[in-house]
Amino acid sequence: MNILLEIQNIVLDYGAVRALDAVSVTVGENEIVAVLGANGAGKTSLLKAVSGLHKPTSGQIIFRGKDMANTPAFELAGQGIAHVPEGRRVFSTLSVRENLMLGMYGVRRARDKKQLSAKEERIYSLFPILKERRNQLAGTLSGGEQQMLAIGRALVSAPALLLLDEPSLGLAPIIVKEIFEMIQKIHKEEKVAILIVEQNARKALKVASRGYILELGRVALEGKAADLISNPKVRAAYLGGGMEGCD
Amino acid sequence: MTLLLEQIINGLTIGSFYALVALGYSMVYGVMKLINFAHGDLFTLGAFLGYTILASTSGVVTQNFGMWGGIAFTAAIVGMSVALAGILVERIAYRPVYPSGRLSLVVSALGMSIFLQNSIMAIWGARPRAFPSAVVPYARFVIFGVHVTVLQIIILAVSFILMAAIWFIVEKTAFGASVRASALDRETATLIGIDVRKVIFFVFALGPGLGGVAGLMNGLYYRSISFNMGWNYGLKAFTATILGGIGNIPGAMLGGLLLGIFESLLAGYVSGAWKDVFVFIILIVTLIFRPTGILGEKTAEKV
Repeated sequence: MNILLEIQNIVLDYGAVRALDAVSVTVGENEIVAVLGANGAGKTSLLKAVSGLHKPTSGQIIFRGKDMANTPAFELAGQGIAHVPEGRRVFSTLSVRENLMLGMYGVRRARDKKQLSAKEERIYSLFPILKERRNQLAGTLSGGEQQMLAIGRALVSAPALLLLDEPSLGLAPIIVKEIFEMIQKIHKEEKVAILIVEQNARKALKVASRGYILELGRVALEGKAADLISNPKVRAAYLGGGMEGCD
Repeated sequence: MTLLLEQIINGLTIGSFYALVALGYSMVYGVMKLINFAHGDLFTLGAFLGYTILASTSGVVTQNFGMWGGIAFTAAIVGMSVALAGILVERIAYRPVYPSGRLSLVVSALGMSIFLQNSIMAIWGARPRAFPSAVVPYARFVIFGVHVTVLQIIILAVSFILMAAIWFIVEKTAFGASVRASALDRETATLIGIDVRKVIFFVFALGPGLGGVAGLMNGLYYRSISFNMGWNYGLKAFTATILGGIGNIPGAMLGGLLLGIFESLLAGYVSGAWKDVFVFIILIVTLIFRPTGILGEKTAEKV
C-alpha cells in the first residue's frame, strides 16, 4: 500500500506542557486508521498538528511525499486534508447549504458553478436529510444531523485524507451506529483515507484496519485493528474489560 | 405633518452617518470580538481629509471635475485613505496584542483613539474648521411643502447604495459567507480553508473606509468639524450598533437609521439640548432589556 500520510517523530508543546512526544503515525492511501486513548492522551493534538492548527516543535508531517510543517492551516484544506473537528462545530447561524458550500472555499479549482453543484448534489445523495434541510440554519439541526453536515462540509472538498475527531461524541447509541455505518460507506464510495480519533474504541477498531494507542503523548501500542481488539491489555484498558460480546 | 416629515428626513440623514459608522463597529466586532474605539476617530479623519482636499486646494478639485465630480473624487480618495488607516491601526495596535486577550485589545483600542485624536489636533489644530460654502452645494426642493436639500438626497442615496452593496457582499456572496463563518468560529473557518487574515484585512479596510466617507458627508452637511467630534459620533454609532444587534450587518444599518430618526424627532419636538441624554438612555435600556439588540436574535443551538 502506498503511504499517504507519514507523521514522523513529532513533538508538540503548549507552552511548558508537552502534548505529543515523538509520535509517529502512518496512514496508507484509502486506509482507515484509528487513534485511541484516554482524555488528554494527545489525540486531538495529533489531528490539529496534521491539519496545521498547531505547529509541531519538531518532527515532520509528510503528506503525499511533501513536508507540510510550514504550510499554513487554511491552505491544507485545498490540498486534500479535511478535518472534522471535535464537537462538529457547524456554523450555527449559516444555512446548511452555506455550510456545505464553504467546505469548498479552499479548493481553488472548484470555482466553476457546474462543478460546485455537482459536488453539492453528491453530498446530498450521501446525506439526503441535508438536502431536505438545506435552507435551514445549521444550529437548528439535531446532533446527528450536525455531525453529518460537518462530515459533508469536509467531504465536499474531495479530500484524500479525512480527519475525524470524536465523531460519536455526545450522540445517542443509535445515531452512533448510523455515523459509523456512514463512515464505512464514505470510505468505500469516496476512496478517501480516514484518520479517526475516538473514545469509543470498540467501534473505531471495527471500522479501522490499523490502530494506535496513545498514552500521555506517546504511542503505547500499535498494530492491526484485529490484533488490538484481542490484545488483553487493550481489552482491559479501553474495551471495558471482560464484557464479552458487548457493543 | 410637514414638520414631522422634515424631521424624519433630517433623522434619516444623520441616521445614515450613524449606520455607516455602525457597520464598521459591527463588522470588526464580529470577526475580532473587539469594540474598535478608534473607529470614531477614523470618522473624524475622513472629515478632515475631505476638508483638506476640498478647501485647502482652493477649489482645484471642484474646478477640474465639476462640483459633484469633485465631491465624488474626494469621497473616493477619503474612503481609500481611511481604509488604509484602518489597516494600519489593525497592524500596529491590534495584531501584536491579539494573543494577549480581549482586555489588552480594548486598552490598545482606547490608546489608539487618543493617539488618533491628538494627531488630528496636532495637524489641523484644536479650533473647529469650516467647510467653505463655495464647495458645499446648497439647493433645495419643496415637495408638498416639505423642504429637502439636494445634499440630503445625495447623502441618502450614497449611504443606501453603500449599505446595499455591503449587505449584498456579506449576505449573498461566498466571500461574505466566509466573513460570517470567521466571525462565528475562527478555528473551524481556518480548517475548511478560509484565510482569516484576509477576512480581518477586509473588515479593517471596509469598516473604516465607510466611516471615512460618512465623516466627509457629515462635514459637508454640518460644515463645521472638530478634532474631537469622533468621540460623540463614535458613541452614538456604537449605541446604534447595540440597538440593532452587534455583529449583525442589517442590524447595524437599522439601528443607525432608527437612532437618527429618534434623535431628530426628540430635537424637533422635545428639546435639542436633551437629545443626547435620550440617545444614551436608549443604549442603557437596550443593554438591560434586550442586550442582543433588535435583530440579534439568538438561534436555538443544539449541542
